[in-house]
Amino acid sequence: MVPLSAYLAVAACLFSIGIVGLFLNRKNVLIILMCIELILLSVNINLAAFSHFLQDISGQIFIFFVLTVAASEVAVGLAILVAYYRNRRSINVDDINTLQG
Amino acid sequence: MLNSTELLAIPALPLIASLVVGLFGWALKEKLSHTITSASVILSALLSAHVFTQVLGGASFYGNFWTWMLSDTFVVPVGMMIDQLTVIMMLTVTVVSSCVHIYTIGYMHGDPGYSRFFSYISGFTFSMLVLVMGNNFFTLFFGWEAVGLVSYLLIGFWFKRESANFAAMKAFIVNRVGDFGFLVGVLAIWYYFGSFDYRDVFAQVPALVAQGDSLHFLGWEMSAITFICLSLFVGAMGKSGQVPLHVWLPDSMEGPTPISALIHAATMVTAGVFMVARCSPMFEYSETALAAVVFVGAVTAWMCATIGLVQTDIKRVIAYSTCSQLGYMFVACGVSAYSAAIFHLMTHAYFKALLFLAAGSVIHAVMAEQDLRKMGQLRKAMPVTYITMLIAALALSGVPPFAGFWSKDLIIEAVGAREMGLVGDFAYFAVLSAVFMTAFYTFRMFFLTFHNSDRVAAKTKPHVHESPKVITIPLMILAVGALLTGAWGVMGLDIANPEIANGYFGSSLFVLDAHNPLMTLAEEGEHGWYHFVFTAPFWLAISGIGLAYAMYFRETDMPAKLAAASKPVYTFILNKWYWDELYAKTVMYPAQGLGRWLWQKGDLAMIDKGLIHGGIVGGVLAGMNRMRAMQTGYVYHYAFAMIIGVFATLTYLVLKG
Repeated sequence: MVPLSAYLAVAACLFSIGIVGLFLNRKNVLIILMCIELILLSVNINLAAFSHFLQDISGQIFIFFVLTVAASEVAVGLAILVAYYRNRRSINVDDINTLQG
Repeated sequence: MLNSTELLAIPALPLIASLVVGLFGWALKEKLSHTITSASVILSALLSAHVFTQVLGGASFYGNFWTWMLSDTFVVPVGMMIDQLTVIMMLTVTVVSSCVHIYTIGYMHGDPGYSRFFSYISGFTFSMLVLVMGNNFFTLFFGWEAVGLVSYLLIGFWFKRESANFAAMKAFIVNRVGDFGFLVGVLAIWYYFGSFDYRDVFAQVPALVAQGDSLHFLGWEMSAITFICLSLFVGAMGKSGQVPLHVWLPDSMEGPTPISALIHAATMVTAGVFMVARCSPMFEYSETALAAVVFVGAVTAWMCATIGLVQTDIKRVIAYSTCSQLGYMFVACGVSAYSAAIFHLMTHAYFKALLFLAAGSVIHAVMAEQDLRKMGQLRKAMPVTYITMLIAALALSGVPPFAGFWSKDLIIEAVGAREMGLVGDFAYFAVLSAVFMTAFYTFRMFFLTFHNSDRVAAKTKPHVHESPKVITIPLMILAVGALLTGAWGVMGLDIANPEIANGYFGSSLFVLDAHNPLMTLAEEGEHGWYHFVFTAPFWLAISGIGLAYAMYFRETDMPAKLAAASKPVYTFILNKWYWDELYAKTVMYPAQGLGRWLWQKGDLAMIDKGLIHGGIVGGVLAGMNRMRAMQTGYVYHYAFAMIIGVFATLTYLVLKG
């Protein structure tokens, strides 16, 4: 029997990797999208683990919502990315700063 | 009872004409503009004449039409009070206004502001009618302000002239002083009587006097009724050009001449006299206020006559004469001869409007030249103007049987008959000596224009001609008025009846029996028509004309010699007693200095430099510049800020427990 804390530890690791990836990555916007996916998945693992241990099905139902949102987010994000690339010929994160004050 | 629809139509017709021509004047041809306005004013004059005959037959009207304002017990109705005093004003206003409308067709022909001008004078006729026809102090105040506004607009009619704009502003500001007093008076009436209605207020006056209320005002203790009357009279001083608020009236001659005739001679400036006569049930109970009215009127009558002696601008001579004659009317009011004041108001309206319109005809002929020194020998070229102006001049001088004689003589006799101590003696001296001066300056102006030597500029000469019929016909109509109104008033209307209630005015004027100068006169004995030969005014007028004849009929060196011999006096009155300089030094320059100081120190230094650039806005700007640096535009910076925020919130929640 794997304890709850093991699931939570895995989820926390995934989450931290996602966060760190967000900050340290200066090159590619695609990596940012992947990091966001990682963060969302870590949350999903949490939800599944708690759902199992608390015997409450609603946590697992919630996972589907998160997955749906994540999927649509990726679809939109990639679409923006493609449009952006057409305009600027680059998806370098350091180049995307036209909103600065 | 009079027909209320007819009464409403009298002011409504000019108002509608004014609005139509004013709003759509840009689309109307000249002919249509003057047809609409003139027709409506003439119709209004005919209706007034009809109402006049009905009132002579004993009819009257008193009633409210609408409620204008309503706030708890504060009620301001719109109503009319038509009695003998009202109709005589209505008739005078509409008849003179009709003549001026017709005259204007010729005088303003081709002016770019043609329809605007007609809109204004019709609007003026409406305002003046509201002023005289109203049945409460608030409609009086409305009319009072409305005529002031139109006067301002018309003085500044040629708004491209700097001097016209200055004159308009001067008239407006000086009138503001008077109107403030008037408003204080009206509000004091509300405070003491709880009503604006003439009848309500006048009915309560004896009770208030008996009650003996008094109040302290600027260190003086005075009875409530004196305070009300004096406040109202301050308004009359402003509107009717009485010393010390007379300074705007001569400057108002910057406006077109028809306006000088209609507004600044015949009607608007007499509103003050009308108001004092209307309020006779109040003024009668205040000896102090009556004495003040006499004093101010006498000073004005005398002082403005002296200024008129030396002016060289044809319109200014007549303007100072107007001030002086208004002074006569106030003196008459002050000695309780209200009927004589209104009588003089009526005759003055005709002959003074005629004098101005004739002067306008002259100015028209000599190509807008107003300087008497550049006229002369015009009688052959302009016979109609010559004759009509002669009639007006004789009427103004008070030569029988012209209109001015009857009314002015009545005033002077009334002043002589009323015992008022020092003020009364001074007033008697002032009105008598002003008769001489009036005759002199009127005929000085007349001879310099039509006789004397020919001083018209060479290039103007071929242009000199008699004015067209549209100008001369109103002159002739008014000449009939200047000839006949005096005799008609005394013989036809019985205006001079010492028992006012039995004469023309009936109950519309109120005089206490204790000080009715006309009654005193009547007790002294009945006079025949030839009586004037034995009185001083007649001989003073004749000698004034004689002196003017000797000095100005032919070119002589007497005027120059006289001026040189009395240089200090001459300079003093030539500069109009330095009133303008006095006001400039005591009021205008300090006010301008204060304005400049507030602008430089208050606005530029404190608000612009201190607050805007240094203080609030400067601080915000500096703060914003720093905050701006935080907006790097890099996504990961924002993400980092978000995460930090989430951690901080969570930490706070966990620690809080």
